[in-house]
Amino acid sequence: MQLARVVGDVVVTRKDDALTGIKLLIIQPLTPEREAAGRTLVAVDAVGAGVGEEVFFVRGKEASFPFYPAEPPVDAGIVGIVDHWTVER
Amino acid sequence: MLIAKVVGTVVATRKDPRLVSNKLLIARAMDPRGKAEGNYLVAVDTVDAGVGETVLIVSGSSARMASGLKDCPVDAAIVGIIDAIEMNE
Repeated sequence: MQLARVVGDVVVTRKDDALTGIKLLIIQPLTPEREAAGRTLVAVDAVGAGVGEEVFFVRGKEASFPFYPAEPPVDAGIVGIVDHWTVER
Repeated sequence: MLIAKVVGTVVATRKDPRLVSNKLLIARAMDPRGKAEGNYLVAVDTVDAGVGETVLIVSGSSARMASGLKDCPVDAAIVGIIDAIEMNE
């Protein structure tokens, strides 16, 4: 799992039936110092996250597990909203 | 998932039997502001997308969960046509 910030959302009308009712958000992966780490991507939201929030997300088929028994075709999903984190150096 | 722009089509006569009657498109990944980035990829179209459209691509094993692609040898599928992207930074 990786830390990220939600930076936008995507509106998609014509889509796979299994994606109906699922929120799609644009996220920017972050380092623990809150710097951008790599490209932005689109992730499904399983926890009610919104733009501006810091979250953590999973990559791969596991992103569909929160919607079980449905199996939406997704490869990145937000599974938690982060309250705060600390890193010791 | 990736945001991408469809830039071309692929015609393949000799192919895995499970790919028969699937439409293959060439897409270029782009960032949410529309700037092209990264490589071109070949993706199976499941939503009747066309050249010039901005689409949502799911990659990896999750692509097989798209409608009609169960057990197909694919690693990228177009699962939505993007109407609008809203960014807030």
